[in-house]
Amino acid sequence: MLIITCPWCGARPETEFRYGGEAHIARPADPSALTDQEWADFLYNRTNPKGLHAERWRHIHGCGRYFNALRDTVSDFLVTTYKAGEPRPENSRPDVEGSGR
Amino acid sequence: MTNRFRTASGGRIDRAAPLSFRFDGQTFSGFSGDTLASALLANGVHLVGRSFKYHRPRGFLSAGSDEPNALVNVFRDAARAAPNLRATQVEIHEGLKASSQNRWPSLAFDAGAVNDLASPFLPSGFYYKTFMWPAGAWKRFYEPKIRAMAGLGVAPTLPDPDRYTQNHAHCDVLVVGAGPAGLAAALAAAESGATVILCDEQAELGGSLLSEVSATIEGRPATEWLADTLANLKGRDNVTLLPRTTAFGYYPHNLIALAERVTDHLAAPAAGLPRERMWQVRAKEVVIAAGALERPLVFPDNDRPGVLLADSARTYANRYGARVSERAVIFTACDAGYRAALDLKAAGITIAAIADLRTEVSGELPARALAAGIDVRPSTVVVGTRGRLRVASALLAKAKGGEVGPTETVPCDTVLMSGGFTPSVHLFSQSRGKLVWDGAAGAYLPGTSVERERSAGACRGIYGLQRVLEDGYAQGEAAAIASRDYASPARGATPAPAVSSRAFPASAEDLGTAGFIGATPHGRNPALAKAFVDWQNDVTSKDILLATREGMRSIEHVKRYTTTGMATDQGKTSNMNTLGIVSEALDTPVPQIGLTTFRPPFTPTTFGLFAGAARGDVFDPVRNTAIHGWAAEQGAAFEDVGNWKRAHYFPRAGEDMHAAVARECKAVRASVGLFDASTLGKIEIVGPDAAEFMNRMYTNAWAKLEPGRLRYGVMLREDGFVMDDGVVGRMAADRFHVTTTTGGAPRVLAHMEDYLQTEWPDLDVWLTSTTEQWSVIAVQGPKAREVIAPLIEGIDLSREAFPHMSVREGRICGVPTRLFSVSFTGELGFEINVPSAYGRAVWEAVYAAGERFGITPYGTETMHVLRAEKGYIIVGQETDGTATPDDANLGWAVGKAKKDFVGKRSLIRESMSAPDRRQLVGLKTTDPQVVLEEGAQIVADPSVPVPVPMLGFVTSSYHSAVLGRSIALAMVKGGRARIGQKLMVPMPAHAIEVEVVEPIFYDPKGERLNG
Amino acid sequence: MQKFSGFELFRRALGGHKSWQPQWRNPEPKAEYDVVIVGAGGHGLACAYYLAKEHGITNVAVIERGWLGGGNTGRNTTIVRSNYLFDESAALYEHAVKLWEGLSQDLNYNVMYSARGVLMLAHNHHDEISFKRHVHANRLNGVDNEWLNAEQVKEFCPPLNIKSMRYPIIGGALQRRGGTARHDAVAWGFARAADSRGVDIIQNCEVKGIRRGPDGAVEGVETSRGFIRAKKVGVSAAGHTSVVMAMAGLRMPLESYPLQALVSEPVKPAFPTVVMSNTIHAYISQSDKGEMVIGAGTDAYTSYSQRGALHIAAHTLDAICELVPQFRRLRMLRNWGGIVDVTPDRSPIIAKTPVPGLYVNCGWGTGGFKATPGSGHVFAHTIARDAPHAINAPFTLERFRDGFLIDEAAAAAVAH
Repeated sequence: MLIITCPWCGARPETEFRYGGEAHIARPADPSALTDQEWADFLYNRTNPKGLHAERWRHIHGCGRYFNALRDTVSDFLVTTYKAGEPRPENSRPDVEGSGR
Repeated sequence: MTNRFRTASGGRIDRAAPLSFRFDGQTFSGFSGDTLASALLANGVHLVGRSFKYHRPRGFLSAGSDEPNALVNVFRDAARAAPNLRATQVEIHEGLKASSQNRWPSLAFDAGAVNDLASPFLPSGFYYKTFMWPAGAWKRFYEPKIRAMAGLGVAPTLPDPDRYTQNHAHCDVLVVGAGPAGLAAALAAAESGATVILCDEQAELGGSLLSEVSATIEGRPATEWLADTLANLKGRDNVTLLPRTTAFGYYPHNLIALAERVTDHLAAPAAGLPRERMWQVRAKEVVIAAGALERPLVFPDNDRPGVLLADSARTYANRYGARVSERAVIFTACDAGYRAALDLKAAGITIAAIADLRTEVSGELPARALAAGIDVRPSTVVVGTRGRLRVASALLAKAKGGEVGPTETVPCDTVLMSGGFTPSVHLFSQSRGKLVWDGAAGAYLPGTSVERERSAGACRGIYGLQRVLEDGYAQGEAAAIASRDYASPARGATPAPAVSSRAFPASAEDLGTAGFIGATPHGRNPALAKAFVDWQNDVTSKDILLATREGMRSIEHVKRYTTTGMATDQGKTSNMNTLGIVSEALDTPVPQIGLTTFRPPFTPTTFGLFAGAARGDVFDPVRNTAIHGWAAEQGAAFEDVGNWKRAHYFPRAGEDMHAAVARECKAVRASVGLFDASTLGKIEIVGPDAAEFMNRMYTNAWAKLEPGRLRYGVMLREDGFVMDDGVVGRMAADRFHVTTTTGGAPRVLAHMEDYLQTEWPDLDVWLTSTTEQWSVIAVQGPKAREVIAPLIEGIDLSREAFPHMSVREGRICGVPTRLFSVSFTGELGFEINVPSAYGRAVWEAVYAAGERFGITPYGTETMHVLRAEKGYIIVGQETDGTATPDDANLGWAVGKAKKDFVGKRSLIRESMSAPDRRQLVGLKTTDPQVVLEEGAQIVADPSVPVPVPMLGFVTSSYHSAVLGRSIALAMVKGGRARIGQKLMVPMPAHAIEVEVVEPIFYDPKGERLNG
Repeated sequence: MQKFSGFELFRRALGGHKSWQPQWRNPEPKAEYDVVIVGAGGHGLACAYYLAKEHGITNVAVIERGWLGGGNTGRNTTIVRSNYLFDESAALYEHAVKLWEGLSQDLNYNVMYSARGVLMLAHNHHDEISFKRHVHANRLNGVDNEWLNAEQVKEFCPPLNIKSMRYPIIGGALQRRGGTARHDAVAWGFARAADSRGVDIIQNCEVKGIRRGPDGAVEGVETSRGFIRAKKVGVSAAGHTSVVMAMAGLRMPLESYPLQALVSEPVKPAFPTVVMSNTIHAYISQSDKGEMVIGAGTDAYTSYSQRGALHIAAHTLDAICELVPQFRRLRMLRNWGGIVDVTPDRSPIIAKTPVPGLYVNCGWGTGGFKATPGSGHVFAHTIARDAPHAINAPFTLERFRDGFLIDEAAAAAVAH
């Protein structure tokens, strides 16, 4: 059970949170302008990296807010968390492979 | 029986507290402080089990949790039986009952031992090569026979009545293992002011110190130092000592799971005590002081009862006062054999000879052995043992450069072996730390850590009492300091090696790191000799060589092919020797062979410990509505819907469900019924952008819905399929009262929060779950208005002022209410929302007011029938996650003019308007009394051969008492175009003819809704 | 290939089993192959075997980062069944079950396929409708599956608790031809049979890149043991599929999740069949060795760590102790994790890709083992003919673009 640092509430056990999938996949402003393939990319295609992953979490048994995290999917350890809307931070952990874009 | 093999004095058993216990029906005596193993040995019993495959007789091999052979079933009563416990860990208490396993008819004469005679034909993996003919015989014939032979103990057959509890704890420093390193670490950390938890799997804290008779620490005998240290630790508020507590799992971010055995060692446990307790400890820093395990030597016949690990024999003598032997041969590759020889000799055991694998034997311990007159033989191996159920002699031979000389038979009743020590790196490896092969130590040692963790003492290859104590102290001190800087669970930079700030002058023999890995030479016919590597799974060195011959080059392949290391000891005694044998066979250095992964648990851990209290009603929360108690008092039958208990129907005397539902349905249609709809999910959506948010989340258009009006809303997933539905009330321009399905409430709220927070944070909207805040009382039927009218204040209930699909705020019975004019039955209806605290009172008031109309409480089954008569769908029953709004006849609810809503883009994909999509229709059976089975499939022609093309399936099906016939809803390919067609519903025995009809069976024009 | 039989075992026993040869070679990679399969799990090895056996393509290499059968093949709970709802899935898994039924004889390797029945428990009305829908659809598709009421469930599997529990059992769906097989034997059997037909199985060989020519077509794979030219490359890399496909520039509709399993200590036969409960999240069977083999759904977040969380395993055991309360005193012997690649509709992808010469077989989620022979068989067909077999034709990548999903999970809410 990981310890996850909610940017609003601080460090809490993993069971207070719910995983929310890959981060920084914004819903297109005008979906009707997209081709079927572009829409499928948005709906279904994922980076799924082995290494650093930018992903969403929600502090469901806490403040209820969504936030983002960089996590190493090999060790499961989080490198950092940041508020929704903020850009993805640079990888501050050279020991963790940054294969997720 | 007497304790013929008890030493005259000494040991940590309480000789003033004799106990009697039973093993295989025979009564024995022992002392408080004995394990089942030590007590049996004191009684001269070595034969305690039969091996897994060959059913060979087996005795004790070790004295600890690494024991592969001595597995017993311990039972307090019929429901409290536990198989496969290690006799070396079972503490005896008065009246303990244990039995041996895997033998029939008896331990001494086991019919299964015939396998041993057949063993040449049963090498590792034999079952992959045979039992294949004729096809099908595996399942019918061979497998049942193999299964009956396999397995160890017998599983309990009655539900376990014992309790298991779970503790969550935090500490600065968790120390795993209370041997000298762990004690010193705990002492250092505690003296630094850290909060410390010290756990150890054994009944007594002290580890190897418990077996010391001659060593001294800081000028005192080691046992005295131990007592002082424990007293010191016990006296501190910042220290928690947990004996009988195994750290079995190392989980991310320093979450360590401990299993504490609470009552198994007690003759009469106090009521209320749990059998075991799980500790989930979140430690800022962890010190692993798990010690090392003595390695057996792999030589022919090394599995005969009487062949033990030398240091274990020493533990039996020194700690338990139990002599394993009268006359022992010792086979060793390191000085531990000499230490054991000296202590055992002192305990009264004759040492017939020490066979030392090494050519050069020097050093203090061998010198003392020679001085004591022990027959020490360098360059000597044991090449076999003789005896039936116990060692009677050992065969010794000189071995030089792989040449084995003639054998000499040495009479003895035990052979004690020592191949050196293997650091116990299990937990370190579980923590994902990287293991490094240390050629000098001949062992895998902890390398780079991943967690905030450090190892101390023998588990990192440090031996010699003084060095171990000082290493423990240094690591404990360093851990305490590191815990002060704790900012996050992430491990920082690797610290410099810790140096102890305190010296621990100790006198004890330093055994060094000598040892042997692999199989010792024996010169016997390799086809006949059986030298065991894995005792429990009956894997011999021959089996491992066969595996390598057959191309198994990875250690994982060897393990899986031979099953070595896969027994209940998970390779504690076998893994290193396997590596050695494979390394030699493949002529490849050990580190290139690989290492099998260490997985939790460290030792087998009771299922109940994980489950804890989670059983029966606390397995999962039970949600009851405010009206539940009333329904229960009325004798309602309940059904589980998610976590909720919902009233299913309200049977009267003599009624079955069918009769009750028929009565309830008729009552609603003829007069009035009362239904508890409180389980519906409710979400309050408030804010200036509430309508815009609703527009984006639901298919419907909301902008023009006036305050005071209701609308049926449909919600899609982004992939275009129906996710949820519900009636939504607009309470004000900026406020919506949303209802969801019972099961969908949390999902819908999460879905809304996701979009609101992450896609449209600019929208000024607040979402609040109000499911538990409102009780919902549905009053349905032609008399509904008359029933509630006398109770309502402040709302004009007239048809004109309060039309169907409206909401008004007012009071009922003096309680504030949001009153919905809404119907899920097709009758005039109201849903009374009141604060849950008043739910039951209002319900009872409505019920009383309705009595003159024969008001009838009804349950979910009647609700289902009534809505099906009207063709109202239930999301999750008519739809299944593959239905579009159009499929479910809800095309009308999709706001065509809206530019966007969740799911809209997906609806225009080609597949979503394919002509053969399944569409909601009604079905009428040609025989009106036949009720279709829900889930039954629909076909055009059931007589064609398999696979029969399927057109759809029945989603809902009931007998309608009001209509006097069966009705059904179904999803059928191109269904709307098939209305009027006859189709077939094939059942196993026959097919049922149905007509496709509009999905509405009652009051198709909806005239009754307005009363 | 040395024949395996009771007679051979007897004969070679007389020689101390010295004359057994390696079950597969340990070859150096050649410079070029007609087909390179990435991933020597059950699916990849089966594909290589059927390429050789059915399509005469023997210049094939199966390359593997670790040791063959070391991924999900060697980590799963070995359940085999085919009672899937939709026609497409039923056809695929039934194809596999039919191959399972003769696999030991075909491979001359006892894979211990044991049709001991797979019983899926219903705890509520929704489960009942769903299972009955399966039962009827399966019957019409020629797949055995039957509905049992609660008493029949108890009779078929006496150790089960059906009444005194939070969610009592109201019935179940039983596929009698379902059961278990020995996972390692499947990998080894296919490896040995493929090797004997000339396939090179190259272990400890990690793919580092997929080389594409100027026309975009596959030219071969860069590996830790050098470049290997290949006319066609089939990726069968389970949890690592996204990583491998990214080397060809493709983004996949996949996420990789941990899937935990655990076993108890071995006990004498005490559980006769395979029981699955999706509603309370657990499944259990007893292995030939006597261990209770237990699993549940995936963990909560994507991961390549091959381990799972304590609270997930604990919850699985909550459910097992609820279903079989007499097993509370049994003990967990070993708990491990695998990495499963999950598609949005929980159905696999066995298809050509937009890259010419590159094929993919992935997305099996928690249910890949049961399909091993069938999956390998149709994947081999797809690679050999550059066109799918009729059975895997619906399981394309494009179905996500066009919306022709095969959503067993949504339809049934049943774990695979």
